[in-house]
Amino acid sequence: MAIKAEMSPKEIKETKPYIEWGLTEKEFDFISEQLLGRLPNYTETGLFSVMWSEHCSYKKSKPVLREFPNRSKRVLQGPGEGAGIVDIGDGQAVVFKAESHNHPSAVEPYEGAATGVGGIIRDIFSMGARPIAMLDSLHFGEVDNAHTRYLINEVVAGIGGYGNCMGIPTVGGETTFDECYTGNPLVNAMCVGIMDQNDMQKGRAKGVGNAVMYVGAKTGRDGIHGATFASADFADDKETQRSAVQVGDPFMEKLLMEACLELTGQHKDWLVGIQDMGAAGIVSSSCEMASKAGSGMELILDYVPQREPEMSAYEIMLSESQERMLLCIRAGFEEEVRSLFKDYGLEAVVIGRVTEGNDYVLKHKGEIVTNIPVSSLTEDVLEEPSEETNPERISVSEKLNNWVPDILDARETLGKMLAQPTVASKKIFTQTYDSQVRTSTVVGPGSDAAVLRIRGTKKGLAMTSDGNGRFVYLNPLIGGQIAVLEAAANLIASGALPLAMTDCLNYGDPNDPEIYWELHKSVLGMSEVCRVLNTPVISGNVSLYNENNGEAIYPTPMVGMVGLIKNINGYLTNTFRKSGAKVFLVGETFADFAGSEIQKMMTGKISGNLRSINVNSESEKFFKLLKAIELGIVDSAHDLSEGGLAVGLAESLFSSGLGLKANLTTMSSAFLFSETPGRFVVSVVPENVENFIELMKDDCTEIGEVTTNRKLQIKCQDTEFDFSVEEAQKVWEEAIPCLMKSKD
Amino acid sequence: MKIAVVVFPGSNCDVDLFEALHTVCQADVEYVSHKEKSLESFDAVMLPGGFSYGDYLRCGAIARFSNIMPAIVEFAKQGKPVFGTCNGFQILTEAGLLPGALKQNNSLKFVCKTVDLTVENTKTPFTSQYGEKEQISLPIAHADGSYYADQETLAKLEENHQIVFRYAGENPNGSLNDIAGITNEAGNVLGMMPHPERAVEALLGNEDGLRVFKSLLESGKNTIEEAAF
Amino acid sequence: MVNVRIFVTYKESVFDPQGETITDAIHSLGFSNVKKVNVGKFFDLQIDSSDKKVEEVVKEVSEQLLVNFNLETYRYDVMEEA
Repeated sequence: MAIKAEMSPKEIKETKPYIEWGLTEKEFDFISEQLLGRLPNYTETGLFSVMWSEHCSYKKSKPVLREFPNRSKRVLQGPGEGAGIVDIGDGQAVVFKAESHNHPSAVEPYEGAATGVGGIIRDIFSMGARPIAMLDSLHFGEVDNAHTRYLINEVVAGIGGYGNCMGIPTVGGETTFDECYTGNPLVNAMCVGIMDQNDMQKGRAKGVGNAVMYVGAKTGRDGIHGATFASADFADDKETQRSAVQVGDPFMEKLLMEACLELTGQHKDWLVGIQDMGAAGIVSSSCEMASKAGSGMELILDYVPQREPEMSAYEIMLSESQERMLLCIRAGFEEEVRSLFKDYGLEAVVIGRVTEGNDYVLKHKGEIVTNIPVSSLTEDVLEEPSEETNPERISVSEKLNNWVPDILDARETLGKMLAQPTVASKKIFTQTYDSQVRTSTVVGPGSDAAVLRIRGTKKGLAMTSDGNGRFVYLNPLIGGQIAVLEAAANLIASGALPLAMTDCLNYGDPNDPEIYWELHKSVLGMSEVCRVLNTPVISGNVSLYNENNGEAIYPTPMVGMVGLIKNINGYLTNTFRKSGAKVFLVGETFADFAGSEIQKMMTGKISGNLRSINVNSESEKFFKLLKAIELGIVDSAHDLSEGGLAVGLAESLFSSGLGLKANLTTMSSAFLFSETPGRFVVSVVPENVENFIELMKDDCTEIGEVTTNRKLQIKCQDTEFDFSVEEAQKVWEEAIPCLMKSKD
Repeated sequence: MKIAVVVFPGSNCDVDLFEALHTVCQADVEYVSHKEKSLESFDAVMLPGGFSYGDYLRCGAIARFSNIMPAIVEFAKQGKPVFGTCNGFQILTEAGLLPGALKQNNSLKFVCKTVDLTVENTKTPFTSQYGEKEQISLPIAHADGSYYADQETLAKLEENHQIVFRYAGENPNGSLNDIAGITNEAGNVLGMMPHPERAVEALLGNEDGLRVFKSLLESGKNTIEEAAF
Repeated sequence: MVNVRIFVTYKESVFDPQGETITDAIHSLGFSNVKKVNVGKFFDLQIDSSDKKVEEVVKEVSEQLLVNFNLETYRYDVMEEA
């Protein structure tokens, strides 16, 4: 018996505690009348409220997510499992997924970020893959805010604290700053793993009589209703909800990972299925495993290892204690599994069995506390597409002329631009991450994409995570297209063929028709580019209700993408390497200032509409450049994003010991800061210039030459200036450390 | 020469050490679990970096009570080469095989970057292939790498040439006397915070650490030849 | 059962960067009269006092595991006897 007397089904119906837990009256009535034919008891109501939350069921976003393509010849596992899997040849596969931990990080930034990292790592090794790299996309408020600085320090420390201890290198990602994220920072973590295709695992509980085993940390009362919590808007007064964050134990997870990888790699005959206990703990992992296999399940909760005394069935099932996994083990191998985990100092306990039919039965202290159909928790969730409306700001901006900067002093503007936190060096953060452990990191944080070699092969993987909420805010459809193009451009510049993508869709309250419209349009834009580039969406997550006291964030889809480098020795970085090399701009530059860094810097806000993009010609240009890189005729490549060409040229010079003489006489200085997407700065040594031009044709323009004088010299239509590279690099490197030291 | 790479719960640079020795140097190397009690058949022992026991309590404080530790202590006493990098160095100090202790970095933060070092002593089994006072660069990746010992101990370390690697230029953690790596008095036990095993391949951008392993393998040849006569 | 709290701190001579940083933070809040902060940790032990002398247990546990005498020192309080 639980200590507290639980409400009776009748009391639940009358006093409606489930509304606080996130279930609507309509849903409750549907469950009682249509699915169960009776009123659910207290524990069952709890199970429904978490399983029917957006976080577990995607009930709001599912109709939109169907737009995403998720197949290609290479995709071995699409959405629906812990992570997606893509064939990379030689019997190997790459596994990856991204997940948001925005709400927990806003409340307790260190543990929120750390457990976000822990959760995504479990998703990867639950597929049977060895995690090899982490990336993170972070979006914060402006650095001049003391609370934001606290959040940044803690989030960065949490990511490093967990990843460093696990021995998984944090190799890339992005950090941007905009006021809209002040009360609701975005903390999105992506993990990449690698595996033999033979070791592929699924989260399913099949075969009547097989054991359901629990491994890892004990269950405590932490994080109860975390999933529902992630699906609700923040308000400053909900102190009780704000205690829902869990504490991570990376040491436990390291042991759990090694033990699980031994199980998935060496004892496939024992194992039927494996799944991480993520959001909504035991309930989601167990009923999803049963549901995917079309099985029933019976669990005896008294066997669940518990950290605290007198836990109720409700608490045991909903706890989000970290570092736990659920296994389905072929009957007869329970002892072997127990002893394997014991070797790692971990407890593995049989807590139930797979049963015939579709019943999800929980027993606790000799009583049946739950007896409902498995499908009522999974497939029967009512989808809830929302109304959609075009926000007024979009129709207004369509009628206005776009803003064009008036540059008085291009040199000074570039200096200021390099010091903008979103543009400036993030080394102060990234050097607190171990980016090299496992000794496979060829290119770590700071270039367009991270590059890792695959041991024992000639191959390499390039990876990136990227998101630009400003563009999506101004035009969700085109912004969505740009998000995917930008991620692909990062990979192309490294010499990698983009394979597939994952995402974290960070939006505001989907019940607001304008926000639902943003979600829908941006997913359409992303999907279109995914189809053209043949980069299906193989996994991902949705984070809605990113609001603070009613103010939504910019709609910010984070795109994580992984690409394959055929020959690792052909990888490129963004740094110029040889003096005398010719520098080309790939792609045309337009007056694209809406949502740009320069617009934000000069006007303090973003506004305007985005120019439409020809996705097919962008794609053709990308693959032509990739071909040139694979042919070995390109010496460095850098895709242009925040800050435009001027910033891109400066970045290509940092730490190169070289200079650049650029002749841009057809361009006015304002265009140095345009952010037309799909452009690259590449350097080509003289003997390859002819071949390069022949291949790229009209898509490239020669703009200058790499010199030895360590100066960035730019001549454009209206002005001419030069900048010492050392000085520029100093401005770029010191901007954030200087802001972070502020005591205001 | 047969080399043991000891794996503690939470070690995470074990693979890197193993690969540096096995793949890059083609050495005979095996993992040895912390549960083992013997190092018989091995000619050298390496303790990897990582977070043994989560770095809980103090880095290396719990690992030193592992089953394998008495064998490592005995191994060191016999004058055989023992090497620890990062967490391995911390374990060696906690176990008393090396003097002093490693404190939290002065910055209070984990730091992963490449630092410049001076090789101060080339008469150890791990540094014979370097030049006296040679400047090299190696990666560091630690939160607790600030070497501390009392003045008397420091003076002794200096006098006996037990300081093998010193930070040149910037001191990344507040280490006393810029100490990055030391040996015991006999010179057969080396602990260092930098990671030579991360700097053994041109593909990863740095080969300055390779000679730590080459030196060890070379020293093994010498002893084996001596034994043959 | 006896409850013992063991306090472990850096020795006086050892530089404590955490203490310095916290002192700075306290000063920035305006408490200029806070002159020094020393950071340490404490361990609460529940000890069955029936066989060995509590003091001996505390001493042995501290000296063998909890304290690194290269850097640290300790003291303890016997909190209550139950």
